[in-house]
Amino acid sequence: MPVEYIPRTRELYRDYAPYRWVVNTDTPPWTPLTRPISQCRVALISSGGILYRDQPRFHREDATYREIPKDAVQADLDVWHFGYRTADARADHNCVFPLARMRELEADGTIGELADPAYSFMGGIYSARKVRDELAPRLADELKRRRIDAFYLVPA
Amino acid sequence: MVEAAGIPTLCMTSALDITRAVNPPRAVFVNFPLGHQTGKPHQPDLQRQIVRDALRAFETIRQPGTIVELPYVWDPQDRTWEETDYTGNFLPPRPEKEDADRIEAERRARFAEIK
Repeated sequence: MPVEYIPRTRELYRDYAPYRWVVNTDTPPWTPLTRPISQCRVALISSGGILYRDQPRFHREDATYREIPKDAVQADLDVWHFGYRTADARADHNCVFPLARMRELEADGTIGELADPAYSFMGGIYSARKVRDELAPRLADELKRRRIDAFYLVPA
Repeated sequence: MVEAAGIPTLCMTSALDITRAVNPPRAVFVNFPLGHQTGKPHQPDLQRQIVRDALRAFETIRQPGTIVELPYVWDPQDRTWEETDYTGNFLPPRPEKEDADRIEAERRARFAEIK
């Protein structure tokens, strides 16, 4: 049975003001894929708090993202996030940031191209407004500028 | 937001109730503990298969708000993680600022030499 995380989150953060969940009841926005995924330039993002080399860590309520070069390897990456158990992600970033797997899927033709860079942010942001009004628009501009065909999001 | 800006998006999830509430355009569910949305550590074949299955949903999902559920099982012998994930002392301790600064300084020093 799928775990119900909303009540568990309420319990874990019971010392904080009750969290107002984002609930969207309208039909989601929709942009159809214009070509097969095997011909798309695909960008990867993880909310797992991934850092590349000497990049600054994420702070509380940090709505910035980091650019991770697509050729980054395990030794280049660190994890800075306190909203999930990060031991496995630190041991192998591909649990929440499947960069090496995406490179393989680029090589075998599953996707047309893995976009450079990939992206990460620290998903433990209490303010949905900050995500909606700061992080998301900046990312949308960045992805448009880089002519991304498909955006693959992995939470943590 | 990105979808509305004209770029198709697809979101992995291991939290079906949250994803149903947020209602993103395309989602792919894997029933694994949080922090493992694209697989177990050091199992590249499993990770690659999950990511490949997920990317396929870019083409198969035609209805906005669809959640594709993948059949992967974390451990067929043991489902107790479902009782304990994200409960009790789940959250890692947040380091004090001095400790965080020290950890960051060490990381930056490590890479400063090879830049």
